[in-house]
Amino acid sequence: MTAPQLPETPLKNPTPRRISWAIPVAFILLIGFLVLLGISLSRTQSGRPDIGDRAPEFTLTTFAGDSIRSTDLVGQVVLLNFWASWCLPCAEEAAALEQVWRDYQPGGQVMFIGVDYVDTEPEARAYLQDYNVTYPNGPDLGTRISRAYRITGVPETYLIDASGIIRGYKLGPFTSVAEIQQFVAGALTP
Amino acid sequence: MNATFPALRLLVITMIVVLGSVWGLPPAAAQAQQPTPSDDEVNAIASQLYCPVCENVPLDVCATQACAQWRELIRQKLAAGWTPEQIQTYFLEQYGDQVVGAPPPRGLNLLAYLLPPLAFLLGGWLVLRRFTRRQPPLQAIPTVSAEALARFEAELRQRQQTTAPEEDE
Repeated sequence: MTAPQLPETPLKNPTPRRISWAIPVAFILLIGFLVLLGISLSRTQSGRPDIGDRAPEFTLTTFAGDSIRSTDLVGQVVLLNFWASWCLPCAEEAAALEQVWRDYQPGGQVMFIGVDYVDTEPEARAYLQDYNVTYPNGPDLGTRISRAYRITGVPETYLIDASGIIRGYKLGPFTSVAEIQQFVAGALTP
Repeated sequence: MNATFPALRLLVITMIVVLGSVWGLPPAAAQAQQPTPSDDEVNAIASQLYCPVCENVPLDVCATQACAQWRELIRQKLAAGWTPEQIQTYFLEQYGDQVVGAPPPRGLNLLAYLLPPLAFLLGGWLVLRRFTRRQPPLQAIPTVSAEALARFEAELRQRQQTTAPEEDE
């Protein structure tokens, strides 16, 4: 006698579970968001360009209407001074900076550039007139230059050598003409 | 003396003509009055702006010299007939995106506006889908015919009978 044949119970689920497209999309969105967050944080948390680093490039439109591009200044030592008319320490160094500029200007080896940080134009022009500043100065439009140099306040001064490398920076005001001369000499000596 | 009367008469007539012509001149063209904007008008715009020097402090309550200059600039622009939108655009161009409380919706900034609602919608959809998914139909229990069951039971009994004596031994 043969045993009755019982129908077999299927082991597999008859409706296989499909992988939803939403889950990969959610992961891609999440990863993209984290990448952007990381880039943004690295930008905001990175420190100022240090000595030996290549100086960030910039373009400055001066109050006189001239356009100065940092790439055009290769071959010259550049003293880049961030200031503002509302900044009292800036006023302390203004006359000394102008004096040293007048010493170097005839040689053409050194260029002084003033970057006016978050300032109002009438007051900035009055400041330049009050201190007889003759080297090129212009507003930091959109705070692009100050953000590129990651300044923490004004006055702040960077010294860039003839090959575009940062050779020094000074936080706070210079206290004397001799100090500025010594600062600039740091980029003139090979 | 007689000669002086015609000259005097001529002088008097000339003065009358000149005075009359000047008197008849229209007044100088009136110009639109530009009242000095009030502190409230200035602060209404300043409260939407932030000075990079004093982070997270709205311009209307910031006490630094830089902020005072900015407020004065707003006053000048308002007096010149600028709209609040034009002033805000000017500040954005001059001082960068950091002067406004929320990043302007352009470029990569758009992600800040689009991603959160997109993620929220996607999450909501996933949750909704999880709870409304149709359960797979239950498997039908295999049925056994009465005839097959009877044969199965009969065989079972037969096997039990054949194995029982062996166990007794």
